[in-house]
Amino acid sequence: MVGETKVIRGAIGTPLPHDSAALHVSGHATYTDDIPEPRNLLHAAFGVSQQAHARILSVNLDAVRAAPGVVAVLTASDIPGPNNYGAVAEDDPIFAEDEVQYVGQPVFLVVARTVNAARRAALLGDIEYEPLRALLDPETSSKDGSFVLPTRELARGDAAAAITAAPHRLQGSARVGGQDQFYLEGQISVALPKEAGDFLIYSSTQHPGEIQHAVARAVGLTNKDVVVECRRMGGAFGGKESQPALIACAAAIAAQRLNRPVKLRLDRDSDMIITGKRHCFVSHYDVGFDDDGRILGIDFHHLSRCGMSADLSGAINDRAMFHSDNAYFLPDVHITSERCKTHTVSNTAFRGFGGPQGMFAIEYVIDEIARALDKDPLEVRRINYYGHDERNTTPYGQVVEDNIIDVITDHLVESSDYLERRAQIAQWNGEHTVLKKGLAITPVKFGISFTATHLNQAGALVHIYTDGTVHLNHGGTEMGQGLFTKVGQVVADALSIDIDRIKITASDTSKVPNASATAASSGSDLNGMAARNAAMKLRRRLTEFAAANYDVREADVRFVRNAVEVGDEEIPFATLVKQAYMARVSLSANGFYKTPKISYDKETFTGRPFYYYAYGAAVSEVIVDTLTGEHRVTRVDIAHDCGDSLNPAIDMGQIEGGFVQGMGWLTTEQLWWDDHGSLRTHAPATYKIPTSSDVPDIFNVHMMRDMPNREDTIHRSKAVGEPPLMLAISVFQAIKDAVSACSTNGTAPPIHAPATPESVLDAIEAARQL
Amino acid sequence: MRSDLRFLLDGELVTLTNVQPTRTVLEYLREDLQLTGSKEGCAEGDCGACMVVLADLHEGALRYRAINSCIQFLATLDGKALITVESLSRGGTLHPAQRAMIDCHGSQCGFCTPGFVMTMFALHESNSSAPSSTEIDDALSGNLCRCTGYRPIVDATRSMFDAQTDWTAPWGDAETLRQQLESLADGKSLTTGINSRSIVAPRSADDLAQLYADNPAATLVAGGTDVGLWVTKQYRDLPMLISIGDVPELRELRVDRTHIVAGAAVTFSELLPVLVQHYPEMESLLRRWASPPIRNAATIGGNIANGSPIGDSMPPLMALGTTVVLRQGDAQRELSLESLYHDYMVNDLRDGEFVANVRIPLREEDQHIAAYKISKRFDQDISAVCVGVSCLVRDGLLTDVRIALGGMAGIVKRASASEAALEGKTPDADRFEQAAVALSEDFTPLTDMRASADYRLRVAANLIRRFGKSLDETQEPLEVYDYGR
Repeated sequence: MVGETKVIRGAIGTPLPHDSAALHVSGHATYTDDIPEPRNLLHAAFGVSQQAHARILSVNLDAVRAAPGVVAVLTASDIPGPNNYGAVAEDDPIFAEDEVQYVGQPVFLVVARTVNAARRAALLGDIEYEPLRALLDPETSSKDGSFVLPTRELARGDAAAAITAAPHRLQGSARVGGQDQFYLEGQISVALPKEAGDFLIYSSTQHPGEIQHAVARAVGLTNKDVVVECRRMGGAFGGKESQPALIACAAAIAAQRLNRPVKLRLDRDSDMIITGKRHCFVSHYDVGFDDDGRILGIDFHHLSRCGMSADLSGAINDRAMFHSDNAYFLPDVHITSERCKTHTVSNTAFRGFGGPQGMFAIEYVIDEIARALDKDPLEVRRINYYGHDERNTTPYGQVVEDNIIDVITDHLVESSDYLERRAQIAQWNGEHTVLKKGLAITPVKFGISFTATHLNQAGALVHIYTDGTVHLNHGGTEMGQGLFTKVGQVVADALSIDIDRIKITASDTSKVPNASATAASSGSDLNGMAARNAAMKLRRRLTEFAAANYDVREADVRFVRNAVEVGDEEIPFATLVKQAYMARVSLSANGFYKTPKISYDKETFTGRPFYYYAYGAAVSEVIVDTLTGEHRVTRVDIAHDCGDSLNPAIDMGQIEGGFVQGMGWLTTEQLWWDDHGSLRTHAPATYKIPTSSDVPDIFNVHMMRDMPNREDTIHRSKAVGEPPLMLAISVFQAIKDAVSACSTNGTAPPIHAPATPESVLDAIEAARQL
Repeated sequence: MRSDLRFLLDGELVTLTNVQPTRTVLEYLREDLQLTGSKEGCAEGDCGACMVVLADLHEGALRYRAINSCIQFLATLDGKALITVESLSRGGTLHPAQRAMIDCHGSQCGFCTPGFVMTMFALHESNSSAPSSTEIDDALSGNLCRCTGYRPIVDATRSMFDAQTDWTAPWGDAETLRQQLESLADGKSLTTGINSRSIVAPRSADDLAQLYADNPAATLVAGGTDVGLWVTKQYRDLPMLISIGDVPELRELRVDRTHIVAGAAVTFSELLPVLVQHYPEMESLLRRWASPPIRNAATIGGNIANGSPIGDSMPPLMALGTTVVLRQGDAQRELSLESLYHDYMVNDLRDGEFVANVRIPLREEDQHIAAYKISKRFDQDISAVCVGVSCLVRDGLLTDVRIALGGMAGIVKRASASEAALEGKTPDADRFEQAAVALSEDFTPLTDMRASADYRLRVAANLIRRFGKSLDETQEPLEVYDYGR
C-alpha cells in the first residue's frame, strides 16, 4: 500500500477547505434567516430612543398599534422577568423604562405580520422626553467622574520616580477610534414556543449558553426550559458575544406573549445603531527613557468609551491594561484604566478585546521615543523587547516563558529587506515634495486565555453510529473562523477516520451545557481539546473491546486509516464499531477540558492570566499624499506564529483577514457621532470597511515553521483568531513615519487613528509647522 | 399594453400579475420563493451580499450584469433573465467561480460568498481571460467581505479563468437564452400594481412624455439605485412609479461630431467607457464612481435629475460644459448642467418634465482636464469633495476655465471666483495659489460624517494646486491612487 493513502483525509496540519465551503459557494449554507419559516411566524422591530440622555415623560403607541399589519406592541412592563439582558452587571435594560441613555436604545417592540410592517410601524411611536445632560465622549465623562465600573490600577515599582530620574521624558496622548464589527449577517433571533411553555431559540450568537440563560430569565423560565441552537454565523468578531441576548430576549418575550414564533432581524442601520462596538481609547502617557531609548519608567492613563452600561467593558479594559506592554519590558510601570460612561451605545467585544488599544498606545510611545532620539523605531523596539532570562516579567507578574519575538523580528527584517527599504524611502522622500513614503515594523505579543479564569473550560459530545460515521458536537460556535473544520480534524485524527465520515453539527445548549463564549481566540484550544478528550475515550473503549474480542494485547490494536489493525488483521472501522455495538459497548462520550496553569488575583492584577502568548510582526509601507492626506498601503510583509498549525489554510485566512480588518480600524473606518449623540455612520454608505483594492499590492505572509507551542495545547497549535489584527498597527505607524517626513526635524505631531485623509492632512500641516 | 410581468428565472419563464411596485428582487427571492442563497447585508446596494445576475440583450448580443437585488424593483425585470446563485450548480457541477472560491479558501463565514460568486460569474461570462489586477479589484469593489482580507477571493477571481471545466449553464445554452429573451421583447408597455399602487413601464419617449405630463406626481425610476433606498431605508410610500429603463430613445448612446449624447436611461457602465475614451484623465474618478453593480443599474439621467450635492457625475460633467435636454409633453429645452440646480434638492425641472438626454462636448485641442475625488475609502465611497476642472491653454494663457465642485455646498456648482483668478492668466504656481485661496469666496461647506468644513475647504484648495502642478509635465507623481500600479 502506498504510504500516502494511509493518511486520513483531514489529517492534522492539512490545508483542508472550510467544512461549509461547498455550501457557501452554492448559496445552500443555512443562516438563521434562511431556516424555513414556521407557520404563523410574526416579525418584530424595535422602536427606539431619539435622545442620547433623557427622562421618558410619556410613551404613546396608539399610532403604532393602529398601523397596518401590527399584532402587538410590547414595552418594559410586558417583560415577565427582570428588565435586563446583561450577564455581567445588571445594567442593560431590554427596553428603556424611565430613562433613555443613547440614541437608538430600544423602548418598545412592534410585532407584525411582515418585517416591513413591523419596521414601518416602529417609526410611529410618540415618546415625550425631558432631555438630561448627555456625556458624549470619554474625556468629558472622566472629568465628570462618570464611570460604568470602578477605575483600576496596575503598578510595579515606582514609575513616577523612574520617569523623573530618567535622562529623557516624553508626555502625550495616543488616540484611537472605535470600530463596528460589521459582520455581514446582522443580528437575528427566532423564538419558537414549544410545548408546555418551553422555547427553542435560533440565534446568531457566539454564546448560545448565555442566550439560553438570558432568555430563561427574561421570560420567567429556568435554563432547562430553553434550548438555543446556532449552526453558523455570517461573521461575529465579538459583536455576537453579549449583544444577541437583547435580540433573543425581545423575540422570546413577544413569542411567549403571543404564543407564536417571532423573528427579530435587525436591518443594517438598526444593527449598527443598537449594538455595541470596539471602545475608542484616549491613552495619556508619561515615559522616561535612556539615551538608547530603553524605557525606564512609564505611566499610562487609559480612558475608554464604554457607552451606557458595563457589558464586557471590565474584561476588555483589563485586557487593554494587560497589553499595554505589548512585547516590551516595562521595568517601573503604572497603568490606570478609567471605564468611562457615555450616553452612546454600550460598547462590547471586538476581536482583540481591548488588547489592540493597549498595544496601540505602547507602539505610539515607542515611535515617539525613537523620533525624539532620532533613531530608527526598529532599534528602539528591539532594545525594549522582553528578554529570555532577564527583563522577562510582565507588569502583572507573569514570566514570559515562550518569547520568540526576536526570532520573528529577525526573520522579518531579513525577508522584507527592511533596512534597504528604509534607506530607499529616505532617499525618495528627499527627492519628492508631494508624495511621501513611510515604513514601519511592529510586533505582536498577545496573551491567550480568558482573563476570567473560570471561562477556560469546554465540553464536547461525540457519537459513533453503527455504520462507523460520527456525530461531533462541542460548545464552540462557527462564525467563519473554521473552528468546526479544525475540531473535525482533531476528531478525525483521534479516531483515524476520514473527516468526511464526521458530521459537524450545530452548537446546541442541549448537547453541551454551560459552554463559554467562542471568544478570546480560544475556540480551537478549548473545544479541540474537549473533543479530543471525548474521541479518545471512544478510541479507548474500541481498543479495549478489540483486544478482548480478538484476544490480543491492547498494544497490538492500532488505528490506521478508516480501519483498526488487530494483530495481523485489518478490520474496517465500521465493522469494529458494529461489533462493539453488538457487544454492548457505549459509543457515545462527552469530553471536557480546562486550561492548566492559569490563575491570577483580580484585585492586585498579578499572577498568570495567560496560558501562553501568540506572536507575530509586520512591516508595512505606505505612500501618503501631502496635499490631501490620502494614502495607500503598497507593501506588507508578515511573519506570524501559529505554533504547529492545525490547518494552515484556515490560519492563513485568519492572519490575512485579521490584518485587513485591523487596517480598516486604523484607516478608513470612522465612527462619527453628531452633536446630539446620534451615530451618523451606521451603514456601509457611511462606514467604510476595506474593499479589495485597499489590500496591499504586495502582501507577503509567512507562517513561522518548526515552532510548536511550548505548552501542551491541541497538537501544539496556537490560537490565531485575534492576534493578527494587531499586526495592522504597522500600517498606522508607517503613516506616522510618512507624516514625520514632512517635518524638518523628523518628529511627528500628534496623529489620531483612524488615519482618514483628514486626520493625516491635519498631522501633515502640523508637521510642516515643526 | 401588458399587465403581466414576464421574465426568466434561471431559464424558466415567470409571469406575475398584481406585482407590488416597490417589492425588491431580493424580497421576491427570499420571501416568495424561499431562494435564500442571496443575502441581505445592507439593503442599500453597498455590500453585494444580495448580488444576482441579469442577462439581457444589448445591441442584439447577450449581456450579463451583476446587480444588487436588494434595491432592484422586481417589476423592472420585465423582459430580462434573472440568474440566482442557487441555479449555477443546479446541474450538479460547480461553476468555475464556485470551484475557485473553494480551492482558494475564498469563504470563511460564507455570508458574502454567494454575492461574490455572482459578481465573479458575471465577470467570467463577460471575459475570455483574466482581467488585470486593477480590473479585478474594480469588479469586486461592490462586494464587501469582512473575514478574508480579499486576497483569496482575488486569487479565485484570477484563477477561475484558467480552470478546465465541464460546467454548462443549467438553464440552457447562450443561444437558447438569447432566443428566449428575443421572444420576450414584444415592445409592449407594462402596467402592474396592487392596492392602488402602480408601476408603468412605457416603451417610447412619446408615451413616457404623455404619461408623465398626465401624472406629474409619479416617481420616475430607472436603475433604482436611489429610489430603491427611499423604499428600503426611508420606508417611503410611492403611489405611482414610472419605469423609464426600457424606453428605447432614452437608451441611445451616440457620439456625433461635437458631442457625446447619452439618453437619460443610459447606464454608467455603458457611458463611462465612452467618456474615458475621450477623456482618459477621468479614468480614476470614473473607476471610483460607485461600484460595478451600481454602475450596471444607475443611469446618467437619474444621477443628474436627482442632483445630489455629493454625486460624482456633475463636477466633471459641469467642467466639460455639459448640457441637458429636458422634455415636457412635446416641448423640449436645453440648458447648461449648472443652471439645472437652484438649491439643495431644488432644480429647474417643471411638473411632468424629465431629462431626455445629456450632451457632453467632445474634447478641444489644448484642453486640459482633471477630475479628483476625496473620500475615506478609495473604492465605492461617497465623496467628501469632488472636483472637475477644464481649461484651454492657448498662447500661454488659460482660457475657458471651468471648475466645478461637489460636497462643498447644497448643490454641485461652479467656482466662479476661483475660475476668475485663472481666466486669461498664465498657468504658473502663483495663479493657482490665488485660485486655491479664492475657493473660500465660492464655498462655505458643512461639517458632516464625511469630513469637516475646514478640511473640505483646505483639500479643495489643495486640489486646485494639484491641478496647477499637473500642467507641468516634468512634475513628480501627484496621486497615490495609481502610484506604482
